[in-house]
Amino acid sequence: MRVSVLQFPGSNCDHDCTYAFGSVLGCNTSLVWHGESQLPEDTTLVMVPGGFSYGDYLRCGAIAAHSPVMAAVKRFAEQGGAVVGICNGFQILTESRLLPGALLRNQNLSFVCKNVTLRVDSHKSPLTAKLPLRSTYTMPIAHMEGNFIADTATLDEMERNGQLVLRYVDAHGEATQHANPNGAARNIAGVSNARGNVIGLMPHPERAIESLLGGTDGKTMLSGLIDYVRG
Amino acid sequence: MRARVIVLPRPEILDPQGRAVAHALSSLHFGGVQDVRVGRIVDVTLQDGLERGAAELQVRKMAKDLLANPIVEDFSIQWLD
Repeated sequence: MRVSVLQFPGSNCDHDCTYAFGSVLGCNTSLVWHGESQLPEDTTLVMVPGGFSYGDYLRCGAIAAHSPVMAAVKRFAEQGGAVVGICNGFQILTESRLLPGALLRNQNLSFVCKNVTLRVDSHKSPLTAKLPLRSTYTMPIAHMEGNFIADTATLDEMERNGQLVLRYVDAHGEATQHANPNGAARNIAGVSNARGNVIGLMPHPERAIESLLGGTDGKTMLSGLIDYVRG
Repeated sequence: MRARVIVLPRPEILDPQGRAVAHALSSLHFGGVQDVRVGRIVDVTLQDGLERGAAELQVRKMAKDLLANPIVEDFSIQWLD
């Protein structure tokens, strides 16, 4: 198995992801440059990392979505391969139409950098397949455009189909308005595609992998992902 | 040939940026502002000699595929020359 971590000009969580999957979780991990038209042959998981790909020009993730490596990622996803996008990676996946909806500027127009609590609401993603339903995890967010939106019919269909996989919740595990850091529809922190093999989330599990970093909930989450991918 | 692509948030999308600008305008005592929407203008200069009909199709496709995100934005095209 191999974790392929994509690298765009302006990615800045690529090395954090490589450290998390390679050094902490012991996976074979490769960085894959955006100009590559193929993924390494033994890739079992594609990570689209956070950052400011192409300087967030035009719209966050819009230009990266059209890079050669994303054509390879689309083929990989069509074959059922596991794809996880974090933060800017989530934005790239919505801009590529691998995930429904869009991510708009936070409702309060501020960059938000703080710890949030997430609740697993569905098993329908590689990241949450092995985690108990309703379990909660604390990890940081750091973004300006995390306000997830889709039209009501799309949201209803995603909800029925179990695609609203992660929600922002309060200390009691409730998806309250106060727990919503960016105005996202229905407190959505992470969504998957209809097939359940592609997921995007705004929070950063790769930044919560050692107690020195303030917590290890992200490591628990990413371990579940690796368990799932290894089958 | 120059095309101006105007991109605006769709009417049903809340535009917090536009709302903040509207608020700032009323702080400056500009009365009567009902709503403000903030968008983006992209001017595209095309090579000379392109046939107009083909150019229109091409710019429309540019707007749809990249310059606007049709999930949350509408676009319109003006021809500058």
